[in-house]
Amino acid sequence: MRDRVRAIVGSMNLLPVPIDGLSDQDNLFDAGMTSFGSVQLMLAVEEAFDIEFPNNLLTRKTFATIGGLTAAVEQLATVKV
Amino acid sequence: MATSAVLESDVAPVADAWRDAMRRIATEVAGPNAEVADRNGSFPSQTFAALRRDGMLGLMVPKSLGGQELGLRKIADLCAILAGSCGSSGMIYAMHQIKLSSLVAHGMKTEWHRALMRDIASKQLLIASSTTEAGIGGDLRVSNCAVLTDGDRISLTKQATVLSYATEADIILATARRGPESTGSDQVLVALRRDDYELLRTGEWNTLGMRATCSEGFLLTATAAAEQVLPKPFHEIAVQSMLATAHVLWGSVWFGIAADALSRAHASVRATARRMPPNFAGPLPGAARLAEATAKLQAFKSTLVAHIERFETAKRDDDDLNSINFAIEMNNLKVVASTMAVDVVREALMVAGIAGYRNDGPFSVGRHLRDVLSAPLMVANDRILANTAGLVVASRFDSGLE
Repeated sequence: MRDRVRAIVGSMNLLPVPIDGLSDQDNLFDAGMTSFGSVQLMLAVEEAFDIEFPNNLLTRKTFATIGGLTAAVEQLATVKV
Repeated sequence: MATSAVLESDVAPVADAWRDAMRRIATEVAGPNAEVADRNGSFPSQTFAALRRDGMLGLMVPKSLGGQELGLRKIADLCAILAGSCGSSGMIYAMHQIKLSSLVAHGMKTEWHRALMRDIASKQLLIASSTTEAGIGGDLRVSNCAVLTDGDRISLTKQATVLSYATEADIILATARRGPESTGSDQVLVALRRDDYELLRTGEWNTLGMRATCSEGFLLTATAAAEQVLPKPFHEIAVQSMLATAHVLWGSVWFGIAADALSRAHASVRATARRMPPNFAGPLPGAARLAEATAKLQAFKSTLVAHIERFETAKRDDDDLNSINFAIEMNNLKVVASTMAVDVVREALMVAGIAGYRNDGPFSVGRHLRDVLSAPLMVANDRILANTAGLVVASRFDSGLE
């Protein structure tokens, strides 16, 4: 799951720096992700995992780190199954 | 943003079985059948078969008569959910509930009407309304036809120029003058069962929208028992329950249509966002207008919810219920809700652009727009405003926030 999320972030060209240089805890916004970029990341993740983020997870925090986003995806994917 | 009509979620976090049932019917039956019903102007039979199967027609009936005794807000929510998938189905469902509310409010003291309500709950009977009449137009509070009484039997002949889904209904509630000597505004309401009446089609229903309500013209001829006339004068029924319920539930139907149109616009903006490069600096096409329309929808919802609560409060106080101010407020609800609904759908069309203008595809709002354009016309806003104009001068102007 974590690798798939990382691959999505990497493939989207969201950041001015290479994804490999960032840990799961590094803040993506600090690394240069724009607000609009985070919206696109949300849409891409929803599509990739066939999930829908509920309003309580639609926060800046959810999308700030690869680790946090992975946790949210895991939680939603579990609920779906 | 929610992707479908929600009038209830804020107050009912716990799953509601009726709401779930309506959502299922809306998604699985009403939505897929809406296009054909609209195109052919045919009654949404599958949708109403599903509503009957799940017991959705008797929800307002008191528990003592076998119903669920659901309150107006829950019914309003159900109307909005259904209307989001099929505007005509939502409106038919709302009209049924409006008639049922008159029975519940004014028919509990008469055995014939109590038995009727028991049957509505147990046999899932559909109620239609006959108020509009040749030579009267849409004025609810005037009738031409009169009830003729012969012993314990009555008869009635009405040129019903608009009688929605008449041939599909099991019951018709018809207004008429109390007797042949009565003035036009001295009206009663008669409950007629299918065996009591005959319908001769006299007019077509080929309209821009709300096509599947099949609001054709009929010559209605009926003979029935005298006890089928509701005991209260119709003007009291109208003032104390029917008008307010109608304006709340129509408003809920329009809200459902507007909310679904906006959810399509929302989806179209998301689709645009997906196609943009991640370093896109904005502004995202349509997003600002979507935000503005969302604000309107939110105001629309607040208005509806506030007036439902206002009505519930007034029900506990007869003086309030019969007051000029209450009548003005409920008139204003109809005018404001219908105007907002059209605004929101038009905004949704602007956001979705050509994809919204198309009659096909996931972002189409064509049917929504055609359906919602009936809102300012069904009991014309101009007529309501003229009526309010007479009241508002006489009323004490309310400038408080309480």
